[in-house]
Amino acid sequence: MQDALTRAGRALRVVLLVALALLFLVPFYLLVRNGLAGERDITAPDWTFFPHELRWSNLTEVFRDPNLPLGRALLNSTLIAVSTTAGTVVLASLAGYGLARIPYRHANVVFYAILGTLMVPAAVTFVPSFVLVSTLGWISTLRGLIIPTLFSAFACFIFRQYFLGFPRELEDAARVDGLGYWRTYWKIVVPNSRPVFAAVGTIVFIGAWNAFLWPLVIGQDQESWTVQVALSTFTTAQSLNLHELFVAAAVSIAPLVVVFLLLQRYIVAGVERSGIDD
Amino acid sequence: MSTGVLGPQRRNLWFWVFVGPFALGLGLFTYVPLVWSLYLSFFDAHNTVSPDASDFVGLGNYGAMLSDGAFLASLGTFVLFTAFIVPATYVLALALALMVNRLRVAQAFFRSVFFLPTACSYVVAAVIWKLSIFNGVRFGLANTVLGWFGADQTAWLSTTHPPWYWLVIVTVRLWLQAGFYMILFLAGLQRISPQLYEAAAVDGARPGWQTFRHITFPQLRATSVAVVLLLVINAFQAFDEFYNLLSDARGYPPYARPPLVYLYYTALGQDQNLGLGSAGAVILALIIAVATVVQARWFGLGRKGED
Repeated sequence: MQDALTRAGRALRVVLLVALALLFLVPFYLLVRNGLAGERDITAPDWTFFPHELRWSNLTEVFRDPNLPLGRALLNSTLIAVSTTAGTVVLASLAGYGLARIPYRHANVVFYAILGTLMVPAAVTFVPSFVLVSTLGWISTLRGLIIPTLFSAFACFIFRQYFLGFPRELEDAARVDGLGYWRTYWKIVVPNSRPVFAAVGTIVFIGAWNAFLWPLVIGQDQESWTVQVALSTFTTAQSLNLHELFVAAAVSIAPLVVVFLLLQRYIVAGVERSGIDD
Repeated sequence: MSTGVLGPQRRNLWFWVFVGPFALGLGLFTYVPLVWSLYLSFFDAHNTVSPDASDFVGLGNYGAMLSDGAFLASLGTFVLFTAFIVPATYVLALALALMVNRLRVAQAFFRSVFFLPTACSYVVAAVIWKLSIFNGVRFGLANTVLGWFGADQTAWLSTTHPPWYWLVIVTVRLWLQAGFYMILFLAGLQRISPQLYEAAAVDGARPGWQTFRHITFPQLRATSVAVVLLLVINAFQAFDEFYNLLSDARGYPPYARPPLVYLYYTALGQDQNLGLGSAGAVILALIIAVATVVQARWFGLGRKGED
Protein backbone atom coordinates (compact mmCIF):
# COMPACT_ATOMS: atom_id res chain seq x y z
CA MET A 1 0.00 0.00 0.00
CA GLN A 2 2.66 2.45 1.10
CA ASP A 3 4.79 1.42 -1.86
CA ALA A 4 1.97 1.94 -4.33
CA LEU A 5 1.37 5.42 -2.89
CA THR A 6 5.03 6.34 -3.20
CA ARG A 7 5.10 5.08 -6.77
CA ALA A 8 1.96 7.02 -7.65
CA GLY A 9 3.46 10.12 -6.06
CA ARG A 10 6.62 9.77 -8.09
CA ALA A 11 4.70 9.25 -11.34
CA LEU A 12 2.60 12.32 -10.58
CA ARG A 13 5.72 14.35 -10.00
CA VAL A 14 7.25 13.27 -13.31
CA VAL A 15 4.03 14.09 -15.17
CA LEU A 16 3.94 17.52 -13.54
CA LEU A 17 7.60 18.13 -14.37
CA VAL A 18 7.16 17.20 -18.03
CA ALA A 19 4.04 19.36 -18.28
CA LEU A 20 5.88 22.34 -16.80
CA ALA A 21 8.85 21.78 -19.09
CA LEU A 22 6.52 21.80 -22.12
CA LEU A 23 4.89 25.02 -20.88
CA PHE A 24 8.34 26.61 -20.53
CA LEU A 25 9.23 25.56 -24.08
CA VAL A 26 6.02 26.78 -25.75
CA PRO A 27 7.19 30.43 -26.07
CA PHE A 28 10.37 29.26 -27.85
CA TYR A 29 8.24 27.15 -30.17
CA LEU A 30 5.96 30.11 -30.95
CA LEU A 31 8.97 32.26 -31.77
CA VAL A 32 10.16 29.75 -34.36
CA ARG A 33 6.65 28.88 -35.61
CA ASN A 34 5.65 32.47 -36.26
CA GLY A 35 9.04 33.35 -37.67
CA LEU A 36 8.80 30.66 -40.32
CA ALA A 37 5.07 31.01 -41.02
CA GLY A 38 3.25 33.18 -43.50
CA GLU A 39 1.40 36.25 -42.29
CA ARG A 40 -1.96 34.47 -42.49
CA ASP A 41 -0.79 31.75 -40.10
CA ILE A 42 -0.07 34.37 -37.45
CA THR A 43 -3.12 36.58 -37.73
CA ALA A 44 -5.90 34.34 -39.03
CA PRO A 45 -8.87 33.74 -36.69
CA ASP A 46 -8.53 29.98 -37.21
CA TRP A 47 -5.18 29.79 -35.44
CA THR A 48 -3.53 26.36 -35.53
CA PHE A 49 -0.72 24.96 -33.47
CA PHE A 50 1.22 23.93 -36.57
CA PRO A 51 1.49 26.50 -39.38
CA HIS A 52 0.05 25.63 -42.79
CA GLU A 53 3.29 26.41 -44.61
CA LEU A 54 6.92 26.96 -43.71
CA ARG A 55 8.58 29.91 -45.40
CA TRP A 56 12.31 29.65 -45.01
CA SER A 57 12.70 32.78 -47.15
CA ASN A 58 11.54 34.78 -44.09
CA LEU A 59 15.05 34.32 -42.71
CA THR A 60 16.70 36.29 -45.49
CA GLU A 61 13.81 38.67 -46.08
CA VAL A 62 14.12 40.18 -42.60
CA PHE A 63 17.68 41.34 -43.29
CA ARG A 64 16.60 43.12 -46.47
CA ASP A 65 13.74 45.15 -44.99
CA PRO A 66 14.88 48.80 -44.98
CA ASN A 67 12.37 49.62 -42.21
CA LEU A 68 13.98 47.24 -39.74
CA PRO A 69 17.75 47.96 -39.52
CA LEU A 70 18.41 44.52 -38.08
CA GLY A 71 22.00 44.14 -39.32
CA ARG A 72 23.02 47.50 -37.91
CA ALA A 73 21.21 46.81 -34.62
CA LEU A 74 22.92 43.42 -34.25
CA LEU A 75 26.29 45.06 -34.93
CA ASN A 76 25.60 47.73 -32.30
CA SER A 77 24.48 45.15 -29.76
CA THR A 78 27.56 43.03 -30.41
CA LEU A 79 29.95 45.98 -30.08
CA ILE A 80 28.23 47.12 -26.88
CA ALA A 81 28.00 43.69 -25.26
CA VAL A 82 31.60 42.73 -26.09
CA SER A 83 33.17 46.00 -24.95
CA THR A 84 30.99 46.20 -21.86
CA THR A 85 31.99 42.68 -20.90
CA ALA A 86 35.71 43.23 -21.50
CA GLY A 87 35.76 46.60 -19.78
CA THR A 88 33.72 45.49 -16.78
CA VAL A 89 35.77 42.37 -16.21
CA VAL A 90 39.09 44.25 -16.36
CA LEU A 91 38.02 47.24 -14.23
CA ALA A 92 36.07 45.25 -11.64
CA SER A 93 38.66 42.51 -11.25
CA LEU A 94 41.50 45.00 -10.71
CA ALA A 95 39.43 46.88 -8.14
CA GLY A 96 38.33 43.65 -6.49
CA TYR A 97 41.94 42.48 -6.23
CA GLY A 98 43.13 45.79 -4.82
CA LEU A 99 40.38 45.78 -2.21
CA ALA A 100 41.03 42.17 -1.25
CA ARG A 101 44.81 42.08 -1.21
CA ILE A 102 46.54 45.46 -1.01
CA PRO A 103 46.58 46.77 2.57
CA TYR A 104 45.41 50.39 2.63
CA ARG A 105 44.20 52.28 5.66
CA HIS A 106 40.96 53.49 4.09
CA ALA A 107 40.24 50.39 2.05
CA ASN A 108 37.05 49.73 4.03
CA VAL A 109 35.71 53.23 3.37
CA VAL A 110 36.30 52.74 -0.34
CA PHE A 111 34.71 49.30 -0.24
CA TYR A 112 31.55 50.54 1.48
CA ALA A 113 31.33 53.50 -0.88
CA ILE A 114 31.31 51.00 -3.76
CA LEU A 115 28.95 48.58 -2.04
CA GLY A 116 26.59 51.41 -1.16
CA THR A 117 25.82 52.04 -4.81
CA LEU A 118 24.23 48.58 -4.95
CA MET A 119 21.54 50.03 -2.70
CA VAL A 120 20.69 52.55 -5.39
CA PRO A 121 19.05 50.57 -8.17
CA ALA A 122 20.68 51.53 -11.46
CA ALA A 123 17.29 52.08 -13.01
CA VAL A 124 16.41 54.82 -10.53
CA THR A 125 19.39 56.92 -11.60
CA PHE A 126 18.42 56.87 -15.27
CA VAL A 127 17.09 60.43 -15.22
CA PRO A 128 20.24 62.01 -13.75
CA SER A 129 22.49 59.70 -15.80
CA PHE A 130 20.65 60.75 -18.94
CA VAL A 131 21.25 64.36 -17.91
CA LEU A 132 24.97 63.71 -17.40
CA VAL A 133 25.38 61.84 -20.69
CA SER A 134 23.52 64.52 -22.62
CA THR A 135 25.75 67.18 -21.04
CA LEU A 136 28.78 65.24 -22.22
CA GLY A 137 27.24 65.19 -25.71
CA TRP A 138 27.15 61.41 -25.75
CA ILE A 139 23.49 60.87 -26.70
CA SER A 140 23.15 58.37 -29.56
CA THR A 141 26.83 57.44 -29.45
CA LEU A 142 28.42 54.09 -28.67
CA ARG A 143 30.48 55.90 -26.01
CA GLY A 144 27.29 56.96 -24.25
CA LEU A 145 25.87 53.46 -24.50
CA ILE A 146 29.00 51.71 -23.21
CA ILE A 147 31.12 53.81 -20.85
CA PRO A 148 28.55 54.66 -18.13
CA THR A 149 27.68 50.96 -17.78
CA LEU A 150 31.27 49.78 -17.23
CA PHE A 151 31.43 50.32 -13.48
CA SER A 152 29.49 47.45 -11.98
CA ALA A 153 29.64 47.37 -8.17
CA PHE A 154 28.13 43.90 -8.34
CA ALA A 155 31.02 42.54 -10.46
CA CYS A 156 33.57 44.27 -8.22
CA PHE A 157 31.96 42.71 -5.15
CA ILE A 158 32.06 39.20 -6.62
CA PHE A 159 35.74 39.56 -7.61
CA ARG A 160 36.66 40.87 -4.15
CA GLN A 161 34.91 37.96 -2.45
CA TYR A 162 36.62 35.52 -4.79
CA PHE A 163 40.11 37.02 -4.34
CA LEU A 164 39.71 37.00 -0.54
CA GLY A 165 39.58 33.23 -0.84
CA PHE A 166 42.44 32.96 -3.36
CA PRO A 167 45.28 30.80 -1.90
CA ARG A 168 47.92 33.13 -0.46
CA GLU A 169 50.70 30.60 -0.93
CA LEU A 170 50.60 31.07 -4.70
CA GLU A 171 51.02 34.82 -4.37
CA ASP A 172 53.73 34.48 -1.73
CA ALA A 173 55.77 32.34 -4.08
CA ALA A 174 55.49 35.06 -6.73
CA ARG A 175 56.64 37.65 -4.21
CA VAL A 176 59.68 35.62 -3.31
CA ASP A 177 60.47 35.57 -7.02
CA GLY A 178 60.45 39.36 -6.94
CA LEU A 179 57.16 40.05 -8.69
CA GLY A 180 55.28 43.18 -7.64
CA TYR A 181 51.51 43.49 -7.27
CA TRP A 182 51.02 44.22 -10.96
CA ARG A 183 52.87 41.24 -12.32
CA THR A 184 51.65 38.93 -9.58
CA TYR A 185 48.13 39.84 -10.60
CA TRP A 186 48.59 39.26 -14.34
CA LYS A 187 50.93 36.27 -14.20
CA ILE A 188 49.65 34.33 -11.20
CA VAL A 189 46.21 35.46 -10.11
CA VAL A 190 44.41 35.89 -13.45
CA PRO A 191 45.51 32.59 -15.03
CA ASN A 192 44.43 30.75 -11.89
CA SER A 193 41.01 32.41 -11.68
CA ARG A 194 39.52 31.58 -15.07
CA PRO A 195 36.18 30.21 -13.79
CA VAL A 196 35.25 33.40 -11.95
CA PHE A 197 36.21 35.50 -14.97
CA ALA A 198 34.09 33.29 -17.21
CA ALA A 199 31.16 33.42 -14.80
CA VAL A 200 31.18 37.20 -14.34
CA GLY A 201 31.86 37.67 -18.05
CA THR A 202 28.86 35.64 -19.19
CA ILE A 203 26.54 37.27 -16.66
CA VAL A 204 27.67 40.75 -17.75
CA PHE A 205 27.41 39.81 -21.44
CA ILE A 206 23.83 38.57 -21.07
CA GLY A 207 22.90 41.67 -19.08
CA ALA A 208 24.43 43.99 -21.68
CA TRP A 209 22.84 42.14 -24.62
CA ASN A 210 19.39 42.19 -23.01
CA ALA A 211 19.57 45.72 -21.55
CA PHE A 212 16.64 47.84 -22.60
CA LEU A 213 16.03 51.01 -20.57
CA TRP A 214 19.48 52.54 -21.00
CA PRO A 215 19.77 51.89 -24.77
CA LEU A 216 16.19 53.18 -25.16
CA VAL A 217 17.05 56.43 -23.37
CA ILE A 218 20.47 57.00 -24.94
CA GLY A 219 20.07 55.46 -28.41
CA GLN A 220 17.74 58.04 -29.94
CA ASP A 221 18.90 57.83 -33.57
CA GLN A 222 18.06 54.77 -35.59
CA GLU A 223 21.81 54.42 -36.26
CA SER A 224 22.49 53.74 -32.58
CA TRP A 225 19.60 51.34 -31.90
CA THR A 226 20.46 48.08 -30.22
CA VAL A 227 18.59 44.97 -31.28
CA GLN A 228 16.31 45.27 -28.22
CA VAL A 229 15.38 48.86 -29.01
CA ALA A 230 14.78 48.01 -32.67
CA LEU A 231 12.48 45.11 -31.71
CA SER A 232 10.66 47.20 -29.15
CA THR A 233 10.06 50.03 -31.59
CA PHE A 234 8.37 47.66 -33.99
CA THR A 235 6.44 45.84 -31.29
CA THR A 236 4.81 49.04 -30.13
CA ALA A 237 4.39 50.52 -33.61
CA GLN A 238 3.14 47.31 -35.24
CA SER A 239 3.96 48.78 -38.61
CA LEU A 240 6.03 45.80 -39.64
CA ASN A 241 5.20 42.41 -41.03
CA LEU A 242 4.64 40.22 -37.99
CA HIS A 243 6.65 37.26 -39.25
CA GLU A 244 9.65 39.56 -39.71
CA LEU A 245 9.35 40.68 -36.10
CA PHE A 246 9.39 37.05 -34.93
CA VAL A 247 12.37 36.13 -37.10
CA ALA A 248 14.22 39.18 -35.81
CA ALA A 249 13.40 38.26 -32.21
CA ALA A 250 14.60 34.69 -32.77
CA VAL A 251 17.80 35.93 -34.43
CA SER A 252 18.39 38.25 -31.46
CA ILE A 253 18.33 35.41 -28.92
CA ALA A 254 20.09 32.77 -31.01
CA PRO A 255 23.67 33.79 -30.08
CA LEU A 256 22.72 34.05 -26.43
CA VAL A 257 21.04 30.66 -26.33
CA VAL A 258 24.20 29.12 -27.79
CA VAL A 259 26.44 30.93 -25.27
CA PHE A 260 24.03 29.89 -22.58
CA LEU A 261 24.02 26.21 -23.38
CA LEU A 262 27.80 26.13 -23.80
CA LEU A 263 28.64 28.09 -20.66
CA GLN A 264 25.75 27.06 -18.46
CA ARG A 265 28.13 25.38 -16.04
CA TYR A 266 29.98 28.67 -15.45
CA ILE A 267 26.82 30.71 -15.18
CA VAL A 268 25.38 28.36 -12.61
CA ALA A 269 28.67 28.34 -10.72
CA GLY A 270 28.82 32.12 -10.90
CA VAL A 271 25.30 32.50 -9.58
CA GLU A 272 26.00 30.08 -6.77
CA ARG A 273 29.34 31.65 -6.01
CA SER A 274 28.06 35.20 -5.94
CA GLY A 275 27.59 34.82 -2.22
CA ILE A 276 24.05 36.19 -2.24
CA ASP A 277 22.74 33.10 -0.54
CA ASP A 278 25.56 32.45 1.87
CA MET B 1 62.96 45.83 -8.43
CA SER B 2 60.26 45.47 -5.84
CA THR B 3 60.65 42.85 -3.17
CA GLY B 4 57.98 41.11 -1.16
CA VAL B 5 57.74 43.96 1.31
CA LEU B 6 56.71 47.36 0.03
CA GLY B 7 56.69 50.55 2.02
CA PRO B 8 53.28 51.95 3.00
CA GLN B 9 53.64 54.79 0.45
CA ARG B 10 54.19 52.35 -2.39
CA ARG B 11 51.33 50.16 -1.19
CA ASN B 12 48.95 53.12 -1.16
CA LEU B 13 50.04 53.98 -4.66
CA TRP B 14 49.42 50.43 -5.88
CA PHE B 15 46.05 50.33 -4.15
CA TRP B 16 44.94 53.32 -6.20
CA VAL B 17 46.44 51.92 -9.40
CA PHE B 18 44.15 48.90 -8.99
CA VAL B 19 41.07 50.50 -7.47
CA GLY B 20 41.37 54.05 -8.85
CA PRO B 21 39.98 53.65 -12.39
CA PHE B 22 36.95 51.76 -11.15
CA ALA B 23 36.30 54.10 -8.23
CA LEU B 24 36.66 57.16 -10.47
CA GLY B 25 34.17 55.81 -13.02
CA LEU B 26 31.70 54.77 -10.36
CA GLY B 27 31.95 58.23 -8.81
CA LEU B 28 31.45 59.95 -12.13
CA PHE B 29 28.60 57.78 -13.37
CA THR B 30 26.79 57.03 -10.12
CA TYR B 31 27.57 59.62 -7.45
CA VAL B 32 27.65 62.65 -9.78
CA PRO B 33 24.24 61.79 -11.32
CA LEU B 34 22.77 61.28 -7.86
CA VAL B 35 23.96 64.68 -6.63
CA TRP B 36 22.96 66.33 -9.87
CA SER B 37 19.53 64.77 -9.64
CA LEU B 38 19.12 66.14 -6.13
CA TYR B 39 20.11 69.59 -7.41
CA LEU B 40 17.77 69.44 -10.42
CA SER B 41 14.87 68.33 -8.27
CA PHE B 42 14.71 71.81 -6.67
CA PHE B 43 14.36 73.56 -10.03
CA ASP B 44 11.69 73.99 -12.65
CA ALA B 45 13.90 72.40 -15.26
CA HIS B 46 12.02 71.82 -18.50
CA ASN B 47 14.20 70.57 -21.30
CA THR B 48 17.35 71.88 -19.63
CA VAL B 49 19.96 70.32 -17.37
CA SER B 50 21.50 73.58 -16.12
CA PRO B 51 18.59 75.73 -14.92
CA ASP B 52 19.33 79.31 -13.82
CA ALA B 53 18.64 80.59 -10.31
CA SER B 54 15.27 82.09 -11.19
CA ASP B 55 13.88 78.60 -11.85
CA PHE B 56 14.38 77.59 -8.21
CA VAL B 57 11.19 76.11 -6.82
CA GLY B 58 12.45 74.64 -3.55
CA LEU B 59 10.40 71.64 -2.58
CA GLY B 60 7.77 72.47 -5.17
CA ASN B 61 8.55 69.47 -7.37
CA TYR B 62 8.31 67.15 -4.39
CA GLY B 63 4.95 68.63 -3.42
CA ALA B 64 3.75 68.28 -6.99
CA MET B 65 4.89 64.65 -7.21
CA LEU B 66 3.43 63.62 -3.85
CA SER B 67 0.06 65.20 -4.65
CA ASP B 68 0.05 63.83 -8.21
CA GLY B 69 -2.59 61.12 -8.33
CA ALA B 70 -0.92 59.44 -11.29
CA PHE B 71 2.45 59.15 -9.52
CA LEU B 72 0.83 57.79 -6.36
CA ALA B 73 -1.15 55.36 -8.50
CA SER B 74 2.13 54.22 -10.06
CA LEU B 75 3.42 53.40 -6.57
CA GLY B 76 0.20 51.50 -5.97
CA THR B 77 0.73 49.58 -9.20
CA PHE B 78 4.18 48.62 -8.03
CA VAL B 79 2.91 47.39 -4.65
CA LEU B 80 0.23 45.31 -6.36
CA PHE B 81 2.74 43.91 -8.86
CA THR B 82 5.13 42.97 -6.05
CA ALA B 83 2.33 41.34 -4.10
CA PHE B 84 1.63 39.11 -7.12
CA ILE B 85 5.06 38.38 -8.48
CA VAL B 86 7.15 37.78 -5.34
CA PRO B 87 5.10 34.92 -3.84
CA ALA B 88 4.36 33.44 -7.28
CA THR B 89 8.03 33.33 -8.32
CA TYR B 90 9.10 32.09 -4.90
CA VAL B 91 6.69 29.15 -4.93
CA LEU B 92 7.35 28.22 -8.58
CA ALA B 93 11.16 28.44 -8.25
CA LEU B 94 11.17 26.39 -5.05
CA ALA B 95 8.83 23.77 -6.55
CA LEU B 96 10.99 23.47 -9.67
CA ALA B 97 14.14 23.13 -7.57
CA LEU B 98 12.61 20.42 -5.38
CA MET B 99 11.40 18.45 -8.38
CA VAL B 100 14.63 18.79 -10.37
CA ASN B 101 16.79 18.03 -7.33
CA ARG B 102 15.10 14.63 -6.85
CA LEU B 103 15.66 13.55 -10.44
CA ARG B 104 18.14 10.77 -11.05
CA VAL B 105 17.95 10.96 -14.84
CA ALA B 106 17.74 13.92 -17.20
CA GLN B 107 18.42 16.38 -14.39
CA ALA B 108 20.64 18.55 -16.57
CA PHE B 109 18.00 18.56 -19.30
CA PHE B 110 15.18 19.80 -17.09
CA ARG B 111 17.43 22.33 -15.36
CA SER B 112 18.40 23.73 -18.77
CA VAL B 113 14.78 23.94 -19.92
CA PHE B 114 13.72 25.97 -16.89
CA PHE B 115 16.88 28.09 -16.90
CA LEU B 116 16.91 28.88 -20.63
CA PRO B 117 14.28 31.68 -20.54
CA THR B 118 16.79 33.66 -18.43
CA ALA B 119 18.65 34.17 -21.72
CA CYS B 120 15.66 35.94 -23.26
CA SER B 121 15.15 39.66 -22.94
CA TYR B 122 11.89 41.16 -21.77
CA VAL B 123 11.58 42.69 -25.23
CA VAL B 124 11.67 39.30 -26.95
CA ALA B 125 9.33 37.79 -24.37
CA ALA B 126 6.95 40.71 -24.87
CA VAL B 127 6.90 40.04 -28.63
CA ILE B 128 5.80 36.47 -27.94
CA TRP B 129 3.32 37.28 -25.19
CA LYS B 130 1.76 40.30 -26.85
CA LEU B 131 1.66 39.15 -30.46
CA SER B 132 1.26 35.42 -30.15
CA ILE B 133 -0.06 34.09 -26.84
CA PHE B 134 -2.26 36.89 -25.55
CA ASN B 135 -2.93 38.67 -28.77
CA GLY B 136 -6.18 40.53 -29.44
CA VAL B 137 -9.59 39.03 -29.87
CA ARG B 138 -9.16 37.33 -33.21
CA PHE B 139 -6.18 35.07 -32.79
CA GLY B 140 -3.51 33.94 -30.41
CA LEU B 141 -2.72 30.80 -28.44
CA ALA B 142 -4.62 31.65 -25.25
CA ASN B 143 -7.89 32.47 -27.01
CA THR B 144 -7.57 29.43 -29.28
CA VAL B 145 -7.03 27.04 -26.38
CA LEU B 146 -9.83 28.64 -24.33
CA GLY B 147 -12.03 28.49 -27.43
CA TRP B 148 -11.77 24.68 -27.40
CA PHE B 149 -13.56 24.82 -24.05
CA GLY B 150 -16.14 27.22 -25.40
CA ALA B 151 -14.81 30.28 -23.60
CA ASP B 152 -15.34 33.76 -25.03
CA GLN B 153 -12.53 35.63 -26.74
CA THR B 154 -10.71 38.04 -24.47
CA ALA B 155 -8.80 41.20 -25.33
CA TRP B 156 -6.15 40.38 -22.77
CA LEU B 157 -4.12 43.57 -22.78
CA SER B 158 -6.93 46.09 -22.92
CA THR B 159 -9.43 44.51 -20.54
CA THR B 160 -9.27 46.42 -17.26
CA HIS B 161 -12.43 44.98 -15.60
CA PRO B 162 -11.46 42.32 -14.66
CA PRO B 163 -7.78 43.26 -15.06
CA TRP B 164 -6.77 40.48 -17.43
CA TYR B 165 -3.58 42.36 -18.34
CA TRP B 166 -2.16 41.36 -14.95
CA LEU B 167 -2.17 37.73 -16.09
CA VAL B 168 -0.03 38.71 -19.09
CA ILE B 169 2.39 40.84 -17.07
CA VAL B 170 2.83 38.33 -14.25
CA THR B 171 3.26 35.25 -16.47
CA VAL B 172 5.91 36.88 -18.66
CA ARG B 173 8.07 37.71 -15.64
CA LEU B 174 7.45 34.30 -14.08
CA TRP B 175 8.66 32.59 -17.24
CA LEU B 176 11.73 34.79 -17.49
CA GLN B 177 12.96 34.72 -13.90
CA ALA B 178 11.76 31.49 -12.22
CA GLY B 179 14.70 29.47 -13.61
CA PHE B 180 17.28 31.84 -12.15
CA TYR B 181 15.84 31.52 -8.63
CA MET B 182 15.48 27.77 -9.12
CA ILE B 183 19.28 27.66 -9.49
CA LEU B 184 19.69 29.51 -6.18
CA PHE B 185 17.37 27.04 -4.46
CA LEU B 186 19.20 24.09 -6.05
CA ALA B 187 22.46 25.42 -4.62
CA GLY B 188 20.80 25.77 -1.23
CA LEU B 189 19.38 22.24 -1.39
CA GLN B 190 22.77 20.76 -2.16
CA ARG B 191 24.23 22.31 0.99
CA ILE B 192 21.77 20.52 3.28
CA SER B 193 23.55 17.65 5.02
CA PRO B 194 22.16 14.19 4.17
CA GLN B 195 22.62 13.26 7.83
CA LEU B 196 19.74 15.56 8.74
CA TYR B 197 17.42 13.51 6.55
CA GLU B 198 18.76 10.25 7.96
CA ALA B 199 18.20 11.49 11.50
CA ALA B 200 14.67 12.56 10.59
CA ALA B 201 13.96 9.13 9.10
CA VAL B 202 15.16 7.48 12.29
CA ASP B 203 12.81 9.74 14.25
CA GLY B 204 9.96 8.49 12.11
CA ALA B 205 9.42 11.52 9.88
CA ARG B 206 7.78 10.40 6.66
CA PRO B 207 9.42 11.58 3.45
CA GLY B 208 7.41 14.23 1.70
CA TRP B 209 5.54 17.00 3.45
CA GLN B 210 6.87 16.25 6.97
CA THR B 211 10.53 16.24 5.96
CA PHE B 212 10.03 19.31 3.83
CA ARG B 213 8.38 21.23 6.65
CA HIS B 214 10.78 20.28 9.41
CA ILE B 215 14.11 19.95 7.59
CA THR B 216 14.25 21.28 4.03
CA PHE B 217 12.33 24.52 4.44
CA PRO B 218 14.08 25.68 7.66
CA GLN B 219 17.49 24.78 6.18
CA LEU B 220 16.74 26.95 3.14
CA ARG B 221 16.12 30.02 5.29
CA ALA B 222 19.23 31.95 4.19
CA THR B 223 18.48 31.24 0.53
CA SER B 224 14.85 32.23 0.98
CA VAL B 225 15.83 35.57 2.52
CA ALA B 226 18.17 36.35 -0.37
CA VAL B 227 15.59 35.27 -2.96
CA VAL B 228 12.81 37.42 -1.49
CA LEU B 229 15.15 40.42 -1.22
CA LEU B 230 16.25 40.07 -4.85
CA LEU B 231 12.69 39.53 -6.05
CA VAL B 232 11.47 42.71 -4.35
CA ILE B 233 14.41 44.79 -5.61
CA ASN B 234 13.86 43.50 -9.15
CA ALA B 235 10.11 44.15 -8.96
CA PHE B 236 10.84 47.76 -7.94
CA GLN B 237 12.67 48.21 -11.23
CA ALA B 238 9.97 46.76 -13.45
CA PHE B 239 9.96 48.67 -16.70
CA ASP B 240 10.70 46.54 -19.75
CA GLU B 241 7.64 44.29 -19.81
CA PHE B 242 5.16 47.04 -18.87
CA TYR B 243 6.55 49.32 -21.54
CA ASN B 244 6.69 46.69 -24.26
CA LEU B 245 3.41 44.94 -23.50
CA LEU B 246 1.16 47.91 -22.90
CA SER B 247 2.35 50.84 -24.99
CA ASP B 248 1.53 50.98 -28.67
CA ALA B 249 1.48 53.48 -31.50
CA ARG B 250 -1.23 55.45 -29.66
CA GLY B 251 0.89 55.78 -26.51
CA TYR B 252 0.67 54.25 -23.06
CA PRO B 253 -2.67 53.46 -21.40
CA PRO B 254 -3.35 55.28 -18.10
CA TYR B 255 -3.59 52.03 -16.11
CA ALA B 256 -0.72 49.80 -14.96
CA ARG B 257 2.09 52.32 -14.91
CA PRO B 258 4.78 51.33 -12.42
CA PRO B 259 6.99 54.21 -11.10
CA LEU B 260 9.80 53.80 -13.63
CA VAL B 261 7.42 53.94 -16.56
CA TYR B 262 5.81 57.02 -15.06
CA LEU B 263 9.19 58.72 -14.51
CA TYR B 264 10.29 57.81 -18.01
CA TYR B 265 7.33 59.63 -19.52
CA THR B 266 7.66 62.58 -17.13
CA ALA B 267 11.34 63.20 -17.70
CA LEU B 268 11.81 62.11 -21.29
CA GLY B 269 8.33 62.36 -22.76
CA GLN B 270 6.82 65.39 -24.50
CA ASP B 271 7.33 67.64 -21.51
CA GLN B 272 11.02 66.85 -20.83
CA ASN B 273 10.32 67.86 -17.23
CA LEU B 274 13.68 66.85 -15.81
CA GLY B 275 13.17 68.68 -12.50
CA LEU B 276 9.95 66.86 -11.76
CA GLY B 277 11.42 63.56 -12.98
CA SER B 278 14.42 64.01 -10.70
CA ALA B 279 12.18 64.70 -7.71
CA GLY B 280 10.31 61.50 -8.48
CA ALA B 281 13.59 59.58 -8.78
CA VAL B 282 14.76 60.90 -5.40
CA ILE B 283 11.45 59.92 -3.77
CA LEU B 284 11.66 56.46 -5.34
CA ALA B 285 15.31 56.03 -4.29
CA LEU B 286 14.40 56.95 -0.69
CA ILE B 287 11.51 54.48 -0.63
CA ILE B 288 13.76 51.72 -1.99
CA ALA B 289 16.54 52.54 0.48
CA VAL B 290 14.14 52.48 3.45
CA ALA B 291 12.47 49.27 2.25
CA THR B 292 15.84 47.55 1.75
CA VAL B 293 17.21 48.58 5.14
CA VAL B 294 14.01 47.58 6.95
CA GLN B 295 13.99 44.24 5.17
CA ALA B 296 17.70 43.63 5.84
CA ARG B 297 17.25 44.48 9.54
CA TRP B 298 14.13 42.34 9.71
CA PHE B 299 15.95 39.28 8.40
CA GLY B 300 19.26 40.10 10.08
CA LEU B 301 21.04 40.20 6.73
CA GLY B 302 23.46 42.96 7.77
CA ARG B 303 25.48 40.58 9.90
CA LYS B 304 26.33 38.44 6.89
CA GLY B 305 27.34 41.44 4.81
CA GLU B 306 29.98 42.59 7.34
CA ASP B 307 32.65 40.01 6.60
